[in-house]
Amino acid sequence: MTIQRREFVAALAAGGAAGLAGCSTLTGDDSGDAGISGKTLTLTTTTSTYNTGLLDELNAPFEDRYGVSVDAVSQGTGQALKTARNGDSDVVMVHARSLEDEFMEEGYGVNRRDLMYNDFVVIGGPDDPAGIGGSDDVTEAFTAIADSESSFVSRGDDSGTHTKELEIWDETGLNVNEFGEWYQEAGQGMGDVINMATQQGSYTLSDRGTYLDMQDEVDLEIHVQGPIEGGPELLANPYGIVAVNPAVHDNVEYDLAMAYIGFITSPEGQDLIENYTANGEQLFYPEALSEEPNFQQYVPEGWSADSTGNSSDSSDE
Amino acid sequence: MSLESATTVPLFTEFPFEWNYIRSIIVVSLYVSVAAVALSTLCSLPVALAVGFTDFRGKGLLTSIINTGMGFPSVVVGLAVLFTVSNEGPLGSLELVFTREAMIMSQFVLAAPVVTGVSLAAVSSVEQNVRDAAYAMGGTRLDVALVTIKEARYGIATAVLAGFGRAISEVGSVLIVGGNIASADGTSKTRTLTTAIQLEAQRGRFETAMILGVVLLAIVLVVNGIVVRLGSDGGGYR
Repeated sequence: MTIQRREFVAALAAGGAAGLAGCSTLTGDDSGDAGISGKTLTLTTTTSTYNTGLLDELNAPFEDRYGVSVDAVSQGTGQALKTARNGDSDVVMVHARSLEDEFMEEGYGVNRRDLMYNDFVVIGGPDDPAGIGGSDDVTEAFTAIADSESSFVSRGDDSGTHTKELEIWDETGLNVNEFGEWYQEAGQGMGDVINMATQQGSYTLSDRGTYLDMQDEVDLEIHVQGPIEGGPELLANPYGIVAVNPAVHDNVEYDLAMAYIGFITSPEGQDLIENYTANGEQLFYPEALSEEPNFQQYVPEGWSADSTGNSSDSSDE
Repeated sequence: MSLESATTVPLFTEFPFEWNYIRSIIVVSLYVSVAAVALSTLCSLPVALAVGFTDFRGKGLLTSIINTGMGFPSVVVGLAVLFTVSNEGPLGSLELVFTREAMIMSQFVLAAPVVTGVSLAAVSSVEQNVRDAAYAMGGTRLDVALVTIKEARYGIATAVLAGFGRAISEVGSVLIVGGNIASADGTSKTRTLTTAIQLEAQRGRFETAMILGVVLLAIVLVVNGIVVRLGSDGGGYR
């Protein structure tokens, strides 16, 4: 597996080059991957990657190869980024580009990479009181839910899914703060919210992965599909991975974080993501490998320092 | 980790986890709770004896504070410990966040008032004349303390048990400071029975959560049995 090693070094070099945008001061204790064996990487990530079991699939071969261990802490995207801001994790894997960009702009993160994507789906009880089944316009569907005041459970926890849900409400022009009792903020993870929605026959916005993983145990159907099944682009759900800036927190395991990013964005890591299934269905679609360089993934979108024409046509946004 | 759901399978014909996984969770739960309660007991007993033996201004207030601590919300304790051990906090350089040590700290803070409060009640209820008699027979303060502990041992055992019960059944603070971490090889690092139950319930796997719950109850029952047995040996004060 020396090839993988070389790819990792290449990724590290690429990361280093991108790091010029943020910082280039490695706290020079040890360079390269020589010193990472035996260390522990703390990864904060979203409930969707964790609860679906994908992380175990990715982490086990990484741990074996480098002789390290990965402590994966599952939090909402907002909380995961907050933990990273405090320097309590070394790398974050999340899915809310706007929050990731903010994290990068404030100097806490370096070397962001696009990792994979899946999509969001609007799910609800089979009786579909708002009549949104099969709609291909999620904004209209949300408006119909609000007009019929059908029960809706929101994550309400600053997670990537919650961020996306608020973005959709924003598109409808309706004000979430004026919603009545039919709109409930759970303040809990996706799984808990799906359980709540099942109990009440409510609608909710879910990432496809968590829904597929729980599909057999709940009584909910997909009413509005995401782009994977031909639904609207607004429901796209891209995941990124960001290393915590060692210039801000010199205790973070930066080399190990870059090794991890290198591994999961390598052909091998991307294969693992592509082949991971639940109930026979693929949950995540790899996005890190590309014929053409996409430099925009390393820096916040629309970042002012980027003077190179900025053709930000990233693959799925 | 198997993705097969247990819904269609009768319980126990296909046990939904690796035995290593469940064993490591039990080990972590016991390690954290026992360590926290042992430390609590070491700190609490002297305090309970000191407060129980002496009369001073503000004794009632102190007792109220201890009793209030018994009902302290665990998530608040978890947050406070997180602020303390976080990289940005005063103990940040020790890198304790998401470790068992941090979990022990939070469980200690939760269990100590319980152990102190219940032992204080037990110590206070030992008849004044027992203590007087011990003094009268020429006992030192230490002798009197030992006599009191002996008289109150059943109450103190109850205190330790209550502290243990609080620690092992607590979920909020260990989730915040421990992070509910299990390795990819299926062993727990900071995952306890309670946080595992929380996770399984979140994933909609209620059967698995129930089984873990039964394990948790069984552990509490066994520990209770052992302590009651120890407390009743040799007869005497009940």
